[in-house]
Amino acid sequence: MATAPSKAEESEQENPLAEGLERLPVHPTILTIFGATGDLAKRKLLPALYNLAHEGALPERFNLIGVSRGELSDEEFRAQAKESIEEFSRRKVDPKVLSALLDGARYVTGSFDDGTVYDRLDAATKELDDEAGIVYNRAYYLSTAPSFFPVIVGQLGAHGLDHKQGSEVRVVIEKPIGTNLSEARHLNSAVLDVLDEDQVFRIDHYLGKETVQNVMAFRFANGLFEPIWNRNFIDYVQITAAEDIGIGSRAGYYDTSGALRDLVQNHMLQLLTLLCMEPPVSFSAHAVRDEKVKVLHAIDPPTPEQVSRIAVPARYDSGVVAGEEVKGYLEEDDVPEDSSTETYAALRLRVDNWRWAGVPIYLRAGKRLARKVTEIAVTLKPVPHLAFQHEGSVGVQPNQIVLTMQPNEGVSISIGAKIPGTRMRIRPVNMQFLYGTAFMSESPEAYERLIMDAMRGDATLFTRDDEVEAQWTIIDPIVQAWGSQSGPIATYAAGSGGPGEADALLEPGHSWRAI
Amino acid sequence: MQMSGSVWAAQDTTPAQIETGLRDLLRERHARSEAYVPARVLNLVVVADREWRGEIQNRLDQVGRYHASRTILCCVEPGQDTIDAWATAEGERASSPTDVSILHEQVVLDIGSKHLEHLETIVDPLVVTDLPTLVWSPHGHPEAVDAMLDLAQIVLIDSVHEPDPAGALRRAQQLSERAYVVDLAWLRSTPWRERVAFAFDPMQWRGELWKISSVTVKHRPDSRAAGLLFLGWLAKRLGWEPGSMLSQNGALHGIAHARRQDVKLRLEPDETINAPGLAGVAIETASGLSASLDRGSGGLTARRRLRDGLEREWTVMGASRGEAGILGEGIRQAMLRDKTYGPALSAAQAMLG
Repeated sequence: MATAPSKAEESEQENPLAEGLERLPVHPTILTIFGATGDLAKRKLLPALYNLAHEGALPERFNLIGVSRGELSDEEFRAQAKESIEEFSRRKVDPKVLSALLDGARYVTGSFDDGTVYDRLDAATKELDDEAGIVYNRAYYLSTAPSFFPVIVGQLGAHGLDHKQGSEVRVVIEKPIGTNLSEARHLNSAVLDVLDEDQVFRIDHYLGKETVQNVMAFRFANGLFEPIWNRNFIDYVQITAAEDIGIGSRAGYYDTSGALRDLVQNHMLQLLTLLCMEPPVSFSAHAVRDEKVKVLHAIDPPTPEQVSRIAVPARYDSGVVAGEEVKGYLEEDDVPEDSSTETYAALRLRVDNWRWAGVPIYLRAGKRLARKVTEIAVTLKPVPHLAFQHEGSVGVQPNQIVLTMQPNEGVSISIGAKIPGTRMRIRPVNMQFLYGTAFMSESPEAYERLIMDAMRGDATLFTRDDEVEAQWTIIDPIVQAWGSQSGPIATYAAGSGGPGEADALLEPGHSWRAI
Repeated sequence: MQMSGSVWAAQDTTPAQIETGLRDLLRERHARSEAYVPARVLNLVVVADREWRGEIQNRLDQVGRYHASRTILCCVEPGQDTIDAWATAEGERASSPTDVSILHEQVVLDIGSKHLEHLETIVDPLVVTDLPTLVWSPHGHPEAVDAMLDLAQIVLIDSVHEPDPAGALRRAQQLSERAYVVDLAWLRSTPWRERVAFAFDPMQWRGELWKISSVTVKHRPDSRAAGLLFLGWLAKRLGWEPGSMLSQNGALHGIAHARRQDVKLRLEPDETINAPGLAGVAIETASGLSASLDRGSGGLTARRRLRDGLEREWTVMGASRGEAGILGEGIRQAMLRDKTYGPALSAAQAMLG
């Protein structure tokens, strides 16, 4: 039971009414989306805001402002937003809630480098403050091309919108944070010239996925696994992010990015750090991110000479997917004929610290592979001595722990079991746990979680400046080496398990899991 | 006994036979496709009057994703001597060919009143071992719930549906001593509790919590228990000592003693709302501030009046969950633990004297 505090304590005491509530209070907020008429806003951000409103999860007082280059009135912006939400919301739209969300939404038109945009934005936010009689927190969501990130942040600073007395100002930045280490440093520097790191929320939407967060729960909420989570018991680790689809209509973006930048530098290194990090002292943003950065620092970036030994790029050729013939990457619409962009990347990394020294960590990501799967497979060392005869059977295989992010999120453990019969023959069987069978709740969209966390000021699931730079420090030498390669890139048939060249990365006795 | 497709049925049967039938059903499903995987979250045992079986099944169908993994619906017909049973195992539609299809099992038992006193002996073989078991008896039958208390860890009740709020809260208290209670009346007040907490969260309003001088809660006439639980929550969270409330013109009035001043409490029935639960909350402070919430379009209508008399109004967004949503939420809450309900329940009882 809460006891009444003294007068001096009253204003500083935690809100006693918040205890036990599933949803914690969030300060009234104005969310400004730069690029509010763009694809990400339409497909993800606006539907995420609607779903939060539907659940009653948005701050008690909430206002939305869209900023974009298109000439729109407030009414036209609301109509566009309504259409996007109706098309892409994960739940059926309640027209009353939708009206409540959009009726007060405002729109500021103009180019992001135009100073008057920020004057008008400032006027709009002050007007909302005055109407409400409070000072709202400001959250600026940069859903724009990366080249605009420093421009917008610079303009926010130049117009005094980077800080506000009596409120918190936060800026959410979408990926990619640069296309190499130098750009990432430049961008971080430009952003941190204006803002404090605590104000910056760099999105990697992978971290908003429940199943990715479950890696931490799996490791640190169970006594079963952590004792064996080290080089003494683990032989090797494989992290796979395979897609069965091609690049679709994204050639413009993808051909300048490739698999390494698109998936490995951010999402896959996030999975690696969650898998390899030491237990944080708490689950605060600083403690978790400190531990993740330590893992990245323990990975030695390859020298130019080492790159070909630890990394393999490849590109999909034509092939058959789900019974249908599909084009190769170079035949896809808008892909340059002389493109050398990789649609597949495989890496072998090592985390050189006390826990992981000597354990190869294989990463692979690619498009047009045999099926869609994202998983972490941890293969344990074989048992030291086998007392069984195992003729006539597959025999005893090393145990494997597989954490599947998608599809069929869950955990499976392969163990050796006796084949029924008179002889002691062993074959591997699977113990499988599927999240879908054990939880009734539908996972929220990653963007719903991340938008709320940013408005709340919880940066645990966002990437810190030193984390991004540490990621690029590992990836940059590979990007450079591949960029300077003149020979033909390896290919793999669409719908296959990837290029045979990737086998060269494997150490003796190791093998890629079937995709 | 017969099995047709995914239905097993038998008349004048036994729990052991039903359990065997269920296992056969699951085996048959799995043989048909390995993509069928049984859900393993929660056993839900429902005790209902047989004449309302359709209505209850309808409500259970509408809880959406909050289906229990195994539901055992015990339909009570006073004169029934035998146990008749139907069992089904239905798979959710997989969203893609590579996805698994999650199976939910339902057993419907036709039983008589005579079976209720030892209902646990009938249900025990039918629940999935090691999963939590939730019992819900929407048409009374307290003897059945009592019988189930050694088997079930969680009891779902709806204090709003009891004709006598004092009796409902007393029963909730009794059950709380032996099981974890999920009270739908409490869950109906969740959005109100959240939004009152939000209203006083900004630092400039936080100190006003200790200056609250009156609270008025409006509720649908049958939902006094929900109002009492809301007031009980405020009292416990803010360290008030609530006194007995007295009835006057259909409303309840009372005083709670806070450290600085007394707090006037009032519970008012509101005939104008259709949905069970609360209709509005108004809070005033000794320094002249007031905050209120009322049902509105697209959420709750919030109003604030400052010391200078300036009043502001806006919508706190949120969709109505409806009765199916409340039941689904009750099933979901069975897997969580809310430590604020028990103290609120004690305070609510104290207000009724």
